[in-house]
Amino acid sequence: MELYGLLNYALFMGVFIGIYALLALGLNIQWGFAGLFNAGIAGFFAVGAYTSAILTSAAAEGRIGGFELPVIVGWFGAMGAAALIAWPIGKICLRFRSDYLAIATIGIAEIIRLVIKSEAELTNSARGITGLPRPFGDLDYMASQAAYLGIVLVVLAIAYVLVERQFNAPWGRMMRAIRDNEDAARAMGKNIEYRRLEAFIFGAALMGLGGALFAHFNRSITPEAIDPMVATFLVWIMLILGGSGNNRGAILGAAVVWIIWSVSEIATDQLPHEYAVKAKYIRLFLIGLLLQLVLRFRPEGILPEPLRGDLRHTKEGNRS
Amino acid sequence: MDFLELVNFYIIPGLVIGSIYALGAVGITLVFAILRYAHLAHGDLATLGAFLALAVVTGFGISPLAALPIAILGTAAVAVGIDKVFYEHLRERPKIVTVMASLGIALMVRAVVQVIWGVDSESYVKGIVRPDVYFGLRIRDREIYTVIAMIALVGVLQVFLTQSKWGKAMRAMSDNPNLALLSGIDNKKVVMLTWIIAGGLCAAAGVFLGINTELKSMMGWNMLLPMFAAAILGGVGRVEGAVLGGLIVGVAEELSVLVLPSEYKAATAFAILLFMLLVRPTGLLRGKVL
Repeated sequence: MELYGLLNYALFMGVFIGIYALLALGLNIQWGFAGLFNAGIAGFFAVGAYTSAILTSAAAEGRIGGFELPVIVGWFGAMGAAALIAWPIGKICLRFRSDYLAIATIGIAEIIRLVIKSEAELTNSARGITGLPRPFGDLDYMASQAAYLGIVLVVLAIAYVLVERQFNAPWGRMMRAIRDNEDAARAMGKNIEYRRLEAFIFGAALMGLGGALFAHFNRSITPEAIDPMVATFLVWIMLILGGSGNNRGAILGAAVVWIIWSVSEIATDQLPHEYAVKAKYIRLFLIGLLLQLVLRFRPEGILPEPLRGDLRHTKEGNRS
Repeated sequence: MDFLELVNFYIIPGLVIGSIYALGAVGITLVFAILRYAHLAHGDLATLGAFLALAVVTGFGISPLAALPIAILGTAAVAVGIDKVFYEHLRERPKIVTVMASLGIALMVRAVVQVIWGVDSESYVKGIVRPDVYFGLRIRDREIYTVIAMIALVGVLQVFLTQSKWGKAMRAMSDNPNLALLSGIDNKKVVMLTWIIAGGLCAAAGVFLGINTELKSMMGWNMLLPMFAAAILGGVGRVEGAVLGGLIVGVAEELSVLVLPSEYKAATAFAILLFMLLVRPTGLLRGKVL
């Protein structure tokens, strides 16, 4: 029985690590390779979750829905919707320094939260959308958990291969050039605004997909399902600690940070109630402090960005 | 709806909340112009200031206005300390790294408030204050002194910036940092001074928000977007622009209720922000664009 619980917990954790790894990969496209600061990850995540939920759920009283499309359509829909939200924001803000994008993404995440809470005919407001289909959800509990973990890992692997391929392609080289020296890249005739917009939209689409995976895993999505600030910040620390600019680093960071985060939650839940509540905020404080320490002492993360291309003329460790 | 009603229920509350935004926006605009990054922990510093004042109010039994100077000093010290411990060593790195660090600081400051004071709403004084009526205008005392305090604080700051040696140094850093450094301005002192001013104004914004509404651990974070919208609307680096921007954002938020469902009040600031970035990124008073 003990073993069963442990195994169940491991599967659960595996699914969450997979979902967060997708978010970290999405952020890596935006921050690691294009230098774009997205502080509204939870917003794109929520858009993906709700889009997929609306597309695939059965009809219900008082809200649109009842499309009952296959789950895979919902997932592509989630990516499309997140990309669609990202487009105007990027269009307006990417002409300026990334500070403006940071503020605007905080804003868009806030607006998305307001819409989810108040547009009942779209999202069923506080009660959320329930009864979502889940692939292999008909199997018995353990097998279905394991099957979902398998699906998440396959999606993550596909995303990883595609993103990695893209980074080693000329596109990736161009993005890094824009990130590292905007003026030089512009002088080479690169359309900086357009390229940044591409990176921002690709990243947002992956975040939307992460949200869809989350919604179908829980078979429901409610406004309270995730704490927007905490989720956004966790993804940031995952990427920075794992190594921004390195896709394997993003995935490793997701695993490390999520394990620390959820194990510390189990530990603090053992405390008496009044301390357990405070312990939640102390954990938040420590995760904030962890970011400061990483930024100060190991800004390149556990797995630094690999030096690509011809190494004969570069001195190692000579990167800024 | 007649004119008086419009003024009583929308314009006056808008000007009051706008004055509070203005206090925060002035700090944001100074940090943005002199240190050249968007400081995302600004709202949570305001929360800290408000709760510091609460500690003084409950500890010594004095009024929140009397506690204001202590909150200002305390928050200014915290702001300088945060800069020394967390931001200073990032100065040589790309500025966006400091923006990221400030997001972490926002979370940390809020966590400290939540651990010490909890997450329930608090208030400085219990009970309902009825507004007095002057020539048909319904105004509460606290609304009058919020606006007066804002004008006084910003007025003193403006005199300091234009008349004193260090104020001029700060403006020089904002206009052209290389030239300012070449002419012998002490960068460290300017940075410290900027944080003292920004931190102090943050505390004032937080305390006045607490006086006019209530104290919550998310109060400051929720003000962040309107404060940034105000700073950009007025023009980054322009103190008088930040005040103008704050007042416009505050009034616009209150008026938005007439055309939008009230849930979307908070979206007004965001709409103003995007509109300005689209149409006139330098702001109304020709600030800088980073």
